[in-house]
Amino acid sequence: MSLDLAITHRFPGFSLEAAFTAPNGVTALFGRSGSGKTTIANAIAGLLRPDAGRIAVEDTVLLDTAAGQHIAPHRRRIGYVFQEARLFPHLSVRRNLLYGRWFSGGGGSAGTRDDLARITDLLGLNALLDRAPGALSGGERQRVALGRALLARPRMLVMDEPLAALDEERKAEILPYLERLRDEAAVPILFVSHNLAEVARLATTLVVLDAGRVTTAGPLIDILADPDAVPALGIRDAGSVLTGRVITHHADGLSEIEVAAGRLLLPHVAAVPGAHLRIRIAAQDVILAREEPTALSALNILPARVTSVRPGNGPGVMVRLDAAGDSLLARITKRSAERLALAPGVSCYAIAKAVSVAPMDIGQS
Amino acid sequence: MEALPPDLIDAILLSLKVSLTATILSLPAGVLAAYALARWRFPGRQILNGLVHLPLILPPVVTGYLLLLAFGTRGPIGGFLEAQFGLTLAFRWTGAALAAAIMAFPLLVRAIRLSIEAVDPKLEEAAATLGASRVWVFATVTLPLILPGILAGTILAFAKAMGEFGATITFVSNIPGETQTIPTAIYALLQVPGREGAASTLVLISIAIAMAALLLSEAVSRRVAARIGGREAPA
Repeated sequence: MSLDLAITHRFPGFSLEAAFTAPNGVTALFGRSGSGKTTIANAIAGLLRPDAGRIAVEDTVLLDTAAGQHIAPHRRRIGYVFQEARLFPHLSVRRNLLYGRWFSGGGGSAGTRDDLARITDLLGLNALLDRAPGALSGGERQRVALGRALLARPRMLVMDEPLAALDEERKAEILPYLERLRDEAAVPILFVSHNLAEVARLATTLVVLDAGRVTTAGPLIDILADPDAVPALGIRDAGSVLTGRVITHHADGLSEIEVAAGRLLLPHVAAVPGAHLRIRIAAQDVILAREEPTALSALNILPARVTSVRPGNGPGVMVRLDAAGDSLLARITKRSAERLALAPGVSCYAIAKAVSVAPMDIGQS
Repeated sequence: MEALPPDLIDAILLSLKVSLTATILSLPAGVLAAYALARWRFPGRQILNGLVHLPLILPPVVTGYLLLLAFGTRGPIGGFLEAQFGLTLAFRWTGAALAAAIMAFPLLVRAIRLSIEAVDPKLEEAAATLGASRVWVFATVTLPLILPGILAGTILAFAKAMGEFGATITFVSNIPGETQTIPTAIYALLQVPGREGAASTLVLISIAIAMAALLLSEAVSRRVAARIGGREAPA
């Protein structure tokens, strides 16, 4: 199952000309506000009719302006989760959840009851079923919207900034559900976001949109570790993603995690030993040393080798490192890079403080 | 309390019949017109808007006269209706219902239109992405959400129909037992020496009906609003 999209659309003062392919799994459509993300999401759902282009999910052509084809939104079976949950205020949570079910032809069948039970379990909605949407918190509402979209048996799920309206706490509450959804539901997902931390936790494929054009597209881990992609992602948000496995939780509140190049100690991670994690380490939080430091407060020291040094516009450089096969990015000053004589092939140590990795940056994979 | 004179009972029953007929028959057209004005962009939208509101602004006697021209037995529409369906409007209670419907229509459309404009089109979009066609979106999302507006408009229109005087008396005159409604009966009674008492009785009755309609509309719309926006889930 994959999405193929190539569309052009013109608004007064803005033109969109985007093409990309989203393979199975979670594809993040990342870009600043105003870059055209929602326009693309609306075009996929059929809520907006682009001037020209073609959109297909696997073998089903949803739009082909050259062939004069435009499937109506209600026949597309695109599960759309909006930024504001858009629950129907006059229906209970249960009826909201089952709304689309009726149209996908599964009214009150046994299969529907099973699916409802499965989705309410997956999203933790059991206690909410008889409530009215007006009585729900923002995070609960968004979970109901997600369940409602899933129960309509979509070919594909489009989520437009589903977390943007939530505060950090609610975000942290809902992200594990999204991770479970990614791992358990066999539905391809297009995740629209301007938040790199969310994207890094959830996505397998990354499509970067800037001013209506796709500037970068490919596997998420590769792009996040690519210094050349940094300007498009935002220099402050730049950071690579490591994959690891929980070894144990220590009594002092730290969790020990094994990555390719060694072990990391991070603030307590809510995952059982053996669980696989993805950990995003911001480039500006990584310190480099030529010799293995001793008597240092930072807990995480990984041996690495410089693979490239990319100067930026200001006083900084972006150093890409190889740590036993994992890629790391470190943002340091040009002056430091020169003082340490960092160049491709040079061995060094990458240092990260445990507390610099926020809970938001650690997800299950 | 002494029994009401039969001419008063006739006027009251006729008023109820005329107003109920006018309100119920104009409701579908009212919803359609309100939806078109609130949601559709089409050439002639302003003209439709003007036509709907015209009876509110024109002197009622003008509306009544225009109705007589169009729907009288020799009028273009009235002649057609009589020849094809045997339906006579002029000087009949059916004509009184038509006049009441036309006069109440702006109030009906206005209330419904306001409630449609208050429905977030984003909810309708969401329903579409969940598989609902336009008709189903209207039936399952828009209609339940505008129900308070429809009820308010209906009751307002009913009250207006009960009180209609100018267009009615011009179009269908003031025939006891056929077209004499409460307002025209009051007018007629006031012309007759010694029947001021009967007129006062009708005045009290029309006040009572109007109050009952208002209280009913309040109670109903409060219940509906609580069901839609409230914290309690519908049963």
